[in-house]
Amino acid sequence: MNWIGLYTIFKKEFERTWGVFMQAVLSPVISTVLYFVVFGTAIGSQIGSVGSVSYAQYIVPGLIMMALITNSMSASSSGIYFQKFIGTIIDVLSAPLSYIEIVTGYALAAMSRAIVIGMIIYVIAFLFTNISVAHPLFSLFFAILTSIAFALFGLTIGLWAKDFEQLAFVPTIILTPLSFLGGIFYSVDMLPPFWQNLTMFNPIFYMISGLRWGFFGEADVSPIIATASVLILLVVCAIILRWMFRTGYKIKS
Amino acid sequence: MQNHIIQVNELSKVYADGSQALTNINLTINKGEIFALLGPNGAGKTTLIGIICGIVSKSSGEVLVLGKDNVIDFRFTRSQIGLVPQELSLDIFLPVIKTLEYQRGFYGHKPNAALVEEVLKALSLWDKKNTPIKELSGGMKRRVLIGKALMNEPKILFLDEPSAGVDVELRHDMWEMVRTLRDRGTTIILTTHYIEEAEEMADRIGIIDKGKIALVDDKEKLMQKLGKKTLSLQLRDPLKEIPPLLAAFDLTIDKSRPHHILYTYDAQAAHTGITALLAAIKDANLTISDLDTTTSSLEEIFVSIIENSKNS
Ligand SMILES: Nc1ncnc2c1ncn2[C@@H]1O[C@H](COP(=O)(O)OP(=O)(O)OP(=O)(O)O)[C@@H](O)[C@H]1O
Ligand SMILES: [Mg+2]
Repeated sequence: MNWIGLYTIFKKEFERTWGVFMQAVLSPVISTVLYFVVFGTAIGSQIGSVGSVSYAQYIVPGLIMMALITNSMSASSSGIYFQKFIGTIIDVLSAPLSYIEIVTGYALAAMSRAIVIGMIIYVIAFLFTNISVAHPLFSLFFAILTSIAFALFGLTIGLWAKDFEQLAFVPTIILTPLSFLGGIFYSVDMLPPFWQNLTMFNPIFYMISGLRWGFFGEADVSPIIATASVLILLVVCAIILRWMFRTGYKIKS
Repeated sequence: MQNHIIQVNELSKVYADGSQALTNINLTINKGEIFALLGPNGAGKTTLIGIICGIVSKSSGEVLVLGKDNVIDFRFTRSQIGLVPQELSLDIFLPVIKTLEYQRGFYGHKPNAALVEEVLKALSLWDKKNTPIKELSGGMKRRVLIGKALMNEPKILFLDEPSAGVDVELRHDMWEMVRTLRDRGTTIILTTHYIEEAEEMADRIGIIDKGKIALVDDKEKLMQKLGKKTLSLQLRDPLKEIPPLLAAFDLTIDKSRPHHILYTYDAQAAHTGITALLAAIKDANLTISDLDTTTSSLEEIFVSIIENSKNS
């Protein structure tokens, strides 16, 4: 293993994030706080509680999960796309780095960025409502695992994208709607049966549920099913990436 | 075998759009030499280098670096190679020094501040070390690329048009640097469109055209073998036209210097015709006051090979 090489990719990507701290960290934090103020405190005070927690508390894990997913994915997809776009991807392709090292370096950097943002949102949530986490270790594990899975997903998108439109397509057209419909703001049993059934096909629903279980010890699906669904995404993306690096598809001409 | 640092066997490349960039390339690079790869635009130089370095996938054939396959043993082969790419592809927001430090890291080496300093000084970039790339001139960017390629202390250095956009003075500095590297044992493969660069630097020259190797030879031998020589005869009295007695010879009067007649001949030919020419000049009652010969340049050789392959 080329550990130093892996670490260098991680370091370079991570430092790139801090170079653009305002966009990278501040803007997702601000937008999440806005959701929190509007839905959690303003509207939430009219709703009362969901299960055993107040509505303001209920939406916290969902908001954190949405921030983890979108930031992890955008960090890795824009990172690798940028390298491809300006041509510096040849630096890692001509170095003695295997696909595992390249992918792991990018994924760890994206995951770290997402986790930092998630932590900041969690801390800010304290300003609005008192939340104690029922299973902190599981929550952290699940947050890291999901961030890595979406970092890999982001890498496939970043490598596949031909232009900026394609790069922006997946997050805006697919990810954001799925996140909103994945139960950030409601529990599935609040929905009519048809929509309940449809929600079962939304992968993000399982991820939000998983983190919610970590926070409150209760959620729409069990933590095992949630973890399994994240692992499936992770493995599928890893296989696709392995194939892309093997064949050079969209990577080498 | 020991002497062969790179061996390319029957290498072909067809790009996804169907264009055939390389056709059955066979090429051997010797340890410690400076090899110049010449060829017109689109000949396949960058493609060939890209395949050897692992950034372009081959269609068929094999590349061996120090006897190891560059796909199977990619970790070993890539660690031996440094690449200065033709494109100025750099992260423009990064300072020069960071660019070099990251590059060293990618190759799995621990940071080495002394090496970075030495390389940046040799490239006259030391005072720019903290400048973001976007504030550098084109020639400076090219030198940053050279610096990057030296970060893994490569045994083999590819320079894909290193002197494009570099001014004359720095080009000479760069040549000096390349020679120093060679003296330390680095094998160097360079492409260039400045023929005098190849003539100045190379031990061996390969000419590639339309994806095929047209010729590989020692520079000296190449210039001897293919070089036409020109004999310039200075006469005491200027000539208006070639006298009839000399009509049998391929002579021209040097337009700018009417005292001079020029005789072009093949230095390798069994009969250069010089003796007969001198006898005929004596018969024509012309007096020679001076003479000298010049060998034709690599550029002329290059042009004639490319012309030939166009006609064939
Ligand atoms: N990515 C690519 N996709 C399709 N065709 C390509 C690609 N890169 C190069 N080619 C084609 O392959 C051929 C060889 O190109 P290459 O860049 O190797 O030439 P070169 O000898 O380096 O030329 P130059 O002196 O202009 O740098 C050209 O016909 C070119 O159009
Ligand atoms: Mg080229």
